[in-house]
Amino acid sequence: MNRFLLPLGLFVLLAVVLAIGIRHAPEKGVIASPLLGRPAPQFALPSLTDPAQQVRSADLKGHWYLFNVWGTWCGECRQEHETLLQVHSAGVVPIIGLDWRDDDTQARSWLAQLGNPYQSVAVDRSGRIAIDWGVYGAPETFLVNPQGIVVYKHVGALTPDTWTREILPRVSGLPAGTS
Amino acid sequence: MRWRDAVAGLLLAACLLLTGAGAVWAVDPTELPDPRLQARYVALTHELRCMQCQNEALADSPVELAADLRREVRDQLLAGKSDDDIRAWMSARYGDFILFRPRYSLRNAWLWGAPAALLLIGALVCWRVVRNRGALLATDNEPLEEDGQSG
Repeated sequence: MNRFLLPLGLFVLLAVVLAIGIRHAPEKGVIASPLLGRPAPQFALPSLTDPAQQVRSADLKGHWYLFNVWGTWCGECRQEHETLLQVHSAGVVPIIGLDWRDDDTQARSWLAQLGNPYQSVAVDRSGRIAIDWGVYGAPETFLVNPQGIVVYKHVGALTPDTWTREILPRVSGLPAGTS
Repeated sequence: MRWRDAVAGLLLAACLLLTGAGAVWAVDPTELPDPRLQARYVALTHELRCMQCQNEALADSPVELAADLRREVRDQLLAGKSDDDIRAWMSARYGDFILFRPRYSLRNAWLWGAPAALLLIGALVCWRVVRNRGALLATDNEPLEEDGQSG
């Protein structure tokens, strides 16, 4: 009896450690953002549709917005575009785009062809602002509250399901600032 | 931990000799003017993770995001930032996941403690096994079965 106790104990310990590992296994390599609950990074970048204008984070304070990182080189962005158009027509929360490491002309024709769901699109040619947001792959979408705090982050294509389950309840129901 | 760096350096040199150094410099041609800065640059880009490929270091990755992050490391080194400043800057954006060498913190205590704990458990098991064997030898005076039968 006693000689099985130690191996059994070790086995249980190992099982617990592995169970914790499996429970916390990031689904498809999604990495938790340290930005959640923190102020959204500041930026002032040229606008894609009107290069003379700037898109500035300071102007976005005071209301909810979605911050969507995309590029014409990104296949999944094409997949999620339909959802973005739906979100846009729902009119609940404006979408600010970040055109990441992209060609401006191609990006403009992308929007002309597929439709433009964005209130404004900031051009990040060097990728410097994307780094501030901790972006490691497009598409990525952040929800920012009126106080300018990042409340939610979605990695990968936005789906109607994510919209109704994760984003809509946060914008409409709960009090702002639930980090 | 100077000796550890020395051993790591020797191992790296051995690997380079075996695999051919050409491939390494093909990814990242950056050369800083000050050799001491260059050494820190090489060390840092080897201990920061490429977030897009995840199992590669910044130094080894050909993807654009890795190039952008290497550019940040270079610019911040040239601006006089310390290694810890740069590590903190990176993990503020990408989380501790970007650090291949985890930080010493209470949250990471289990991580750093695990090897010692496992070694201790192993030693305990060893000690018990040896002690039990010792007890067997002292009391086991029976002749071996095979000897008894063949006679």
